[in-house]
Amino acid sequence: MIAPSAVRIAEVGKSFGAVKALGRVDLDIPQGELFGCIGADGAGKTTLFRIICTLLLPDRGRAEVLGFDSVSDFREIRRRLGYMPGRFSLYQDLSVEENLRFFAAVFGTTVGENYDLIKDIYTQLEPFRERRAGKLSGGMKQKLALCCALVHRPELLVLDEPTTGVDAVSRREFWQMLKRLKAEGITILVSTPYMDEAVLCDRIAFLQKGSVLGVDTPCGITGLFTRPLYAVRARQKYRLITALRRYPHAASAYAFGGSVHYSDKRPAADLRDLLAWLDASGLEDAGITQIEPGIEDAFMALMELQGETGTEGADG
Amino acid sequence: MRRSITIILVILRKEFLQIFRNRGMLPIIFIMPFIQLLILSNAATFDVKNVPFHLQDFDRSSLSAKLAEQFTGSGYFRLTGESFGSTQAIGELVGRRADLVLVIPKDFERDLEVSGSAPVQLVINAEDGFSAGVIQGYTSQIIADFNREHRALFSAAGAGRVFPEIRIKSSAWYNPELEYSHYMVPGILVILVTMVGLFLSGMNVVREKEVGTIDQINVTPVRSTEFIAGKILPFWIIGLGELSLGLFIARFVFHVPMQGSYLLVYLVASIYLLVVLGMGLLISTVTETQQQAMFIAWFFMVIFTLLSGLFTSIESMPHWARNMTMFNPVRHFVDIMRRVMLKGSGLAEISRPLLILCAYAVAMLSLAVNRYRKVSA
Repeated sequence: MIAPSAVRIAEVGKSFGAVKALGRVDLDIPQGELFGCIGADGAGKTTLFRIICTLLLPDRGRAEVLGFDSVSDFREIRRRLGYMPGRFSLYQDLSVEENLRFFAAVFGTTVGENYDLIKDIYTQLEPFRERRAGKLSGGMKQKLALCCALVHRPELLVLDEPTTGVDAVSRREFWQMLKRLKAEGITILVSTPYMDEAVLCDRIAFLQKGSVLGVDTPCGITGLFTRPLYAVRARQKYRLITALRRYPHAASAYAFGGSVHYSDKRPAADLRDLLAWLDASGLEDAGITQIEPGIEDAFMALMELQGETGTEGADG
Repeated sequence: MRRSITIILVILRKEFLQIFRNRGMLPIIFIMPFIQLLILSNAATFDVKNVPFHLQDFDRSSLSAKLAEQFTGSGYFRLTGESFGSTQAIGELVGRRADLVLVIPKDFERDLEVSGSAPVQLVINAEDGFSAGVIQGYTSQIIADFNREHRALFSAAGAGRVFPEIRIKSSAWYNPELEYSHYMVPGILVILVTMVGLFLSGMNVVREKEVGTIDQINVTPVRSTEFIAGKILPFWIIGLGELSLGLFIARFVFHVPMQGSYLLVYLVASIYLLVVLGMGLLISTVTETQQQAMFIAWFFMVIFTLLSGLFTSIESMPHWARNMTMFNPVRHFVDIMRRVMLKGSGLAEISRPLLILCAYAVAMLSLAVNRYRKVSA
């Protein structure tokens, strides 16, 4: 049985003056899912989230959230939604406790009523109860923001880059919390610039320049990458990339950490020929190993694909 | 309805928490206005006293000395020097050592006794037209007095002729001692209440925008009317508190009389504050930063103050400016305050400006709510 949709986006577009933030986005997120949005800065993640949160009106198309229209039934949505903007948006001059109480009261509830939901997070904040929100550390601010977004037990939780600027330990803890919230039956929509976090989602959407490049499970997404992939290493990295890109059979070459991920246009690459090419380019120390494609490779491939179809579309 | 009241109270509580936690803001709200009231009310007076006065007496007779004495003895003029060269007098004026030069020509006494009239020259520094007018008023009064006494002297010594004359005795109503502070304090109070109200509310919503908290509020079920009400109420209370303190100072420091009813003053103030706060929130919703809001609030504050009739009388403004003042809420409240406090006007007498304020309040509040809704939707 397919779960009913928590969010259903149909042909939604939004422009700010001459800048097109969202082209034509379609998205369907079933209830209870932990759904991730990845994409570079300016890809349109925040705009999409703000439309879902009823903070922005779409120029065209329709967004249905928890069965309600985002424009006409925005009040119903706001009652059932928890939103954590990318920028810390609580009252810095109010204490932890005052913030939490304020947001509970505004939703017509009390902290006590839904305490079981936020208990795990709140116990970590408890020692700083009296401290002003502005004086908290980054990780603590993020926990407080999550508490405030959860205090009315929302059915849908929208988190816009919640872990940006947060240390690695806090990031891991945060994702564990999200798993627990998912177990409570809350649908979670989260955006992140970190690919290692994207893998933790049930499904991911790739956003690029205001359109969704693809939606799939982390496994499915990496499965999109069908070509053999190689990690190529050499001391002179910049020279290596340019040499690989000039190679006649090259499909793609991108820097990934210490190595360059290279894919070949042919079904099976001729590694000896490639090594000879690199040797001729003055890279005698080059080494090649075949690797499993990761989510970032898939993202790059999708972007490449979009680039090709994009130029075709521009002509027509 | 009950839900709305709860939410408004929750926002109200939050606002008060924030206001009282802001160490920089508290003195601005509660101390600065009263320092201003004390300074402005004492300084802003139309009285011209101790005018520096230069004498050129070319006659040097007993009569010319008597005339000069009447100037120095009047209490308005302070003799700063004497000279006999015509360029010297101009030098005194330019050097700001004198604002008035009295020139008594040679043969003043003889001419007066022989022909009954003699000219004197008064040179007044008219850089500030208003003060010059006041000085001129004083001088013509002194000279008229001198004429009268001089004639009486002659008629007593002469053939016993009687010179008929009309004496004008005036008395000022509603401010019999012509105390300028009685006239100024009610108006300055209005300016203070306006300033605190306009700036506090003008900075408020835009601050939430700057910090980003507005997003967090907008995704809650709080309605725009509830939000605006929760924002206005704290400043409305502060505004009325401010007015009360000001009235207290007016009564016990400046001894400004209260001829009318305090109740009426508070009724008008509570409506007036809605106008000011609505306007502040409107500014706050259309701007993006506190700096922008500050400048717009200043712009209106200056225009409202200058066109309020507080410092310059509205009757003396050109026709178009006089019409413009009708749209100035400050003008109406200044007007009402003076009328109620000094004249004891009642509700019926102030109904016209009060109705204008009511209309203004409705317009401002609906605009503010409407603008806020557009921003948030």
